[in-house]
Amino acid sequence: MDYAAVVILEILYMISFIALVSAGLAVVFGMMRVINLAHGEFVMLGGYTTLACQRAGIDLWFSMLVIAPIVVGLVGLIVERLVIRFLYGRMIDTMLATWGLSLLLIGIVTLIFGSSAVNVPTPIPGYQLGAYQMGGYNLFIIGVTIALYIGMWLVLRYTRLGLIARGAMQNADIASALGYNPRTVYMVTFTIGAALSGFAGGVLAPLTGLLPASGGGYIAESFIAVITGGAGAVISGTLASSVLFGTISQVVSFASGPVLGDIVMLALAIVLLRLMPTGISGRFFRNSQ
Amino acid sequence: MRVSRRDFLGATGALAVTGSLGSVGAFAQGKDILLGSVLDNSGNLDIYGKPMVMATTLAVEELNAAGGLLGRKIKAIQYDTQSDIALYTKFAQQLARTDKVDVVHGGITSASREAIRQTFKRANTLYFYNVLYEGGVCDRNCVVTGTTPAQAVEPIVDYAMKKWGNKVVILAADYNYGQITAKWLQYYIKERKGTVASTDFFPLDVADFGSTIAKIQQASPNFVVAALVGGAHMAFFRQWAASGMNKKIPLTSTTFGVGNEHLALSPAEGDGIVIAGNYSQEAQSPANQEFLGRWKKRFGDTKIVHEIAVSQYQGIYAWAAAVKKAGSLEREAMLKAVESGISIEGPAGTVTIDPKTHHAALDIHLMEVKNQKLTIINTVKQRPPADTAQYCDLIKNPNDNKQYEVKI
Repeated sequence: MDYAAVVILEILYMISFIALVSAGLAVVFGMMRVINLAHGEFVMLGGYTTLACQRAGIDLWFSMLVIAPIVVGLVGLIVERLVIRFLYGRMIDTMLATWGLSLLLIGIVTLIFGSSAVNVPTPIPGYQLGAYQMGGYNLFIIGVTIALYIGMWLVLRYTRLGLIARGAMQNADIASALGYNPRTVYMVTFTIGAALSGFAGGVLAPLTGLLPASGGGYIAESFIAVITGGAGAVISGTLASSVLFGTISQVVSFASGPVLGDIVMLALAIVLLRLMPTGISGRFFRNSQ
Repeated sequence: MRVSRRDFLGATGALAVTGSLGSVGAFAQGKDILLGSVLDNSGNLDIYGKPMVMATTLAVEELNAAGGLLGRKIKAIQYDTQSDIALYTKFAQQLARTDKVDVVHGGITSASREAIRQTFKRANTLYFYNVLYEGGVCDRNCVVTGTTPAQAVEPIVDYAMKKWGNKVVILAADYNYGQITAKWLQYYIKERKGTVASTDFFPLDVADFGSTIAKIQQASPNFVVAALVGGAHMAFFRQWAASGMNKKIPLTSTTFGVGNEHLALSPAEGDGIVIAGNYSQEAQSPANQEFLGRWKKRFGDTKIVHEIAVSQYQGIYAWAAAVKKAGSLEREAMLKAVESGISIEGPAGTVTIDPKTHHAALDIHLMEVKNQKLTIINTVKQRPPADTAQYCDLIKNPNDNKQYEVKI
């Protein structure tokens, strides 16, 4: 019985993990069709920002929840102004540019922080669940992810900003004809996407530890989740695929080991994209966000 | 760690110079003895490689300051393999064929060693591998000065089973080091009538151990042995502590501390982990204190000195002792010298090369992590590489070229 609860919590954690690291990518890809291969490095930057703030004596919660997204958002803004804005509509060129950007960011972080694994202390102690000892921080991640997605939904559904974003996403020409400069919308969207990635990096740093190259570990899962989710619906698509992949990979991990968990997840993604080329949302949630 | 622009330019410049001079140097300065190294000075594994590169530099400089060998200077040709196996093969070819070095000290992971060992054997270039590993390499061209399972794994099993009990869970990295070390662990545990509740392998990029930690609790072993490797696997020790398991089930490791992992974890996270190995910075011997003093004078900070940097340093000194004994760099004379049972005093104690296996008898400390330090519990002097000796006799079969694995 306890074990069942442990398994369910670990599944919830894995779903939250995928949804959290995918959020920034979902916004950027879903709204702008920009394939940002430096997404993993934005997540990594969020982690290192948290580390730098924590070393400077700033409160850990404030560092990860506020400073990390702001700093990475600013990095995203600079990148958009200097690189991405010249490449809208040129998918292959964007991929190449952001791939180079990811290498550059890894290099810069290595020069500043060195390439050894570093550690942000976990601020929440473990707790007892029946006969099992569990990581308390996992619960926090589950909570944060739920709050994040509710927040995103509220913004997209009920605010003017959300309305404009959805409008530009559905048809950039019409939005432009109505007086909203799509370039400004894209700039804001990319900045918000980067900030969300930085947020994920800050929140996950205490759990996974940090390496300059650790961005690579996030990119596969988030791309699979976002593409399988489908570009049409940022929230429902990403959530649906996170639930699917998180559950499958964790169930298989418990049954055998983490290697098979990853293999099954990748195989499932291929099968799903064959059956539903427009993603889960393209098939089931055509009219949602 | 901070790297100034000057350091960076200096380092890359030096690399470019060694790279370009390598081929020319062999002719222009035919008098120098050439010592090659292939180590990961950057990338995912540089936590291991960087101090080894520094140890190589230090040892060569010291030997030169003491007059060189056979009246000749030693010149180090060091290549950075950037944590990329493909570069190992490339630079190994370069060292053996183009630079024509007299000896190579290098390789970190067992995968990298196996990628280059045969190249040096074919080229008749004497090869020293100075890293702890899974044991069993039986090759007359290869000398190993790192620890093997009989030296550094058996003492952990012995201590932990006496102290905590019979039921063990094994976690290991998923490549030849982890796979073979896990077999030795199972062998030693069964030998002591223990049971292995489960053995799990993890690719080097796995960083999420939630399901693993839950499964360990379900198995409820008396203790856990972790043969995990590299930066991503560090997450296991962190998540283990974050869930509070470090207070419930004792944890031991065959690799922890080798990359100074104890410095990356907070005292609360790392305390109590039991390990065994050849070196602790805490060792009070004069040889170690003097070594750390020289390191400090040359590089400033001794914090990054770890076991395999010391192994590399000792490996070079063992090679130097063999050169002195042979009185020549000629291959047969060198092999005879290696097989004469040479012995040196290093920072980690006496290193004696066993003629039959080309492995080293070493002083082994059983240690516990306490307050980010490797505290020595007890020390066994001159523990032999008994695992490899079960299978390997290079005096009887000089043409053997195999890595033996334990049968369980």
